[in-house]
Amino acid sequence: MKKTLIASAIVSLFVSTAVIANDESQELRDIIKQQQEVLKTLEQRLDQTEQRLEATADQIEMTNTSNIFSSTSIGGYGELHYNNYEDQDAKIDFHRFVLFFGYEFSDDIHFFSEFELEHSIAGDGQAGEVELEQAFVEININEKTSSKVGLFLIPVGILNETHEPPTFYGVERNGVEKNIIPATWWEAGAAINYKLSGGLALDGAITSGLNTLDANIRSGRQKVAKATAENLAYTGRIKYTAINGLELAATLQYQTDITQGGADLADDAMAVDKADATLLEAHAIYQVQDFTVRALYARWDINGDEANISGRDEQTGWYVEPSYKMNEKVGVFARYSEYDNQAGNDELTKVKSTSVGINYYLHESVVLKADYENLGGAKDSKGFNLGFGYQF
Amino acid sequence: MNPIINKLLLSLCLLLLLTPVGFAKGVYQSPEQFIQKTIGEIPKAKVLWLTKKDKTIIADILNHRFNRLRIRYWQKADNTVWILDEIGKEKPITIGVHIQNKQIAELKVLVYRESRGDEVRHEFFTKQFNLAKLTNDNMLTSHIDGITGATLSVWALTKVARLSLWLNNKALALN
Repeated sequence: MKKTLIASAIVSLFVSTAVIANDESQELRDIIKQQQEVLKTLEQRLDQTEQRLEATADQIEMTNTSNIFSSTSIGGYGELHYNNYEDQDAKIDFHRFVLFFGYEFSDDIHFFSEFELEHSIAGDGQAGEVELEQAFVEININEKTSSKVGLFLIPVGILNETHEPPTFYGVERNGVEKNIIPATWWEAGAAINYKLSGGLALDGAITSGLNTLDANIRSGRQKVAKATAENLAYTGRIKYTAINGLELAATLQYQTDITQGGADLADDAMAVDKADATLLEAHAIYQVQDFTVRALYARWDINGDEANISGRDEQTGWYVEPSYKMNEKVGVFARYSEYDNQAGNDELTKVKSTSVGINYYLHESVVLKADYENLGGAKDSKGFNLGFGYQF
Repeated sequence: MNPIINKLLLSLCLLLLLTPVGFAKGVYQSPEQFIQKTIGEIPKAKVLWLTKKDKTIIADILNHRFNRLRIRYWQKADNTVWILDEIGKEKPITIGVHIQNKQIAELKVLVYRESRGDEVRHEFFTKQFNLAKLTNDNMLTSHIDGITGATLSVWALTKVARLSLWLNNKALALN
């Protein structure tokens, strides 16, 4: 009897415990269910927060990066020069202040312009000039072909198309490209660029021509200022860049008459012989590690009596320029050049120049320059130049 | 040459050059194609959020301020792909970089928008970046020979190569 009572008590205890346990389990299940719902809600809210965060970041970044993808682009470069040569007054000159403006009409049609103030002040009696050096629309015809129409730089030489100060050595641009090519040289017309496979590119251009009665190439640039366009110029260039660090290029230009009809002048006393002219330019640039060498040769052959008499029927120049980039900040160079704008005569008209100098880069786009130049031949002088330049 | 023939020639050329012949922009490969080609699939993009310190390092690599808050990338095992834009002279160049085992497996110019300097898109130039790693001072272990007349574009590609390697190291450290 006693045992039965004890057994009954134990069973009752287990049953009541089980009942209590069942109640607690149900309660726990309810709590877990509630917590799962809370977690689910929190996950949803986390997803929403992440989406909002991404959207906010997208908006902020769109604002921050809209400038670089803007249809309008602005850039520029400038250079200040100090020249000190024996037997000459030392001079300081903000030689060039240039602004680029571009506009992207569509993915395939772009406008580009270069507006320049030379020598700080322009106007009557002032040393400077305001010049429009580039203003053209470029059209991508397909992946390999593009064309441009407007006022653009002639595809010739090393510096004519790429002349931002941090890209070259020497405070002043070298005499060969300045006096023979003559950089910076722009004309109006139409051009086409075709990229062959393997780093070979062809350029062709039909443009306005030079206008000079005495075969003075540099002063013959009309700068597309109400320029006479009776006789045009035809330019072709082939450029090879398929080997790392190497550029080989050659330009051939034919000017149909650099007197622009000088033979037809009403005043017979002023009339001159028709003068067609051919420019041949070839250059090589080779960079191996931090060592670079540039070499360029240019030559004009000009027909006509006036050019023949003055010796300007042949105008030649060449230079070689080794340079060494010691580190990111410092590069040094040496250059030897010769040019002669009257190579067709027997007189001493050839100019010889030996330069050495240094570029110090405060930033990859800001450079301080210094060089020493010894001039011989038709010019006998020596001196030094200091300068700074920038691009953006 | 007869001036009238000259003028006729010029007019003809202007007409031809201005006639649309089916334009095609300078897109050489889409980002999706680049990701697919390099790692065999297009996984869900991951996001790398940048701290103030990160931006200072990135600005040092790019040599200009960097305003983005985060960068998306694609990862498969130890391969990552980065699609980044960097300005050459005036316009952004879109560059794809595939990194494997902390070294560049491939760098490709996907979109080129500048009018000059597009020689950098050629394989003979971009293959110089292959196998390049990052030094302790965030420079490339390989020397990159430049292209005259395309200096700014060369700089842009070199900076993106360095940045991608740095971002890759940071992303892997956070994984």
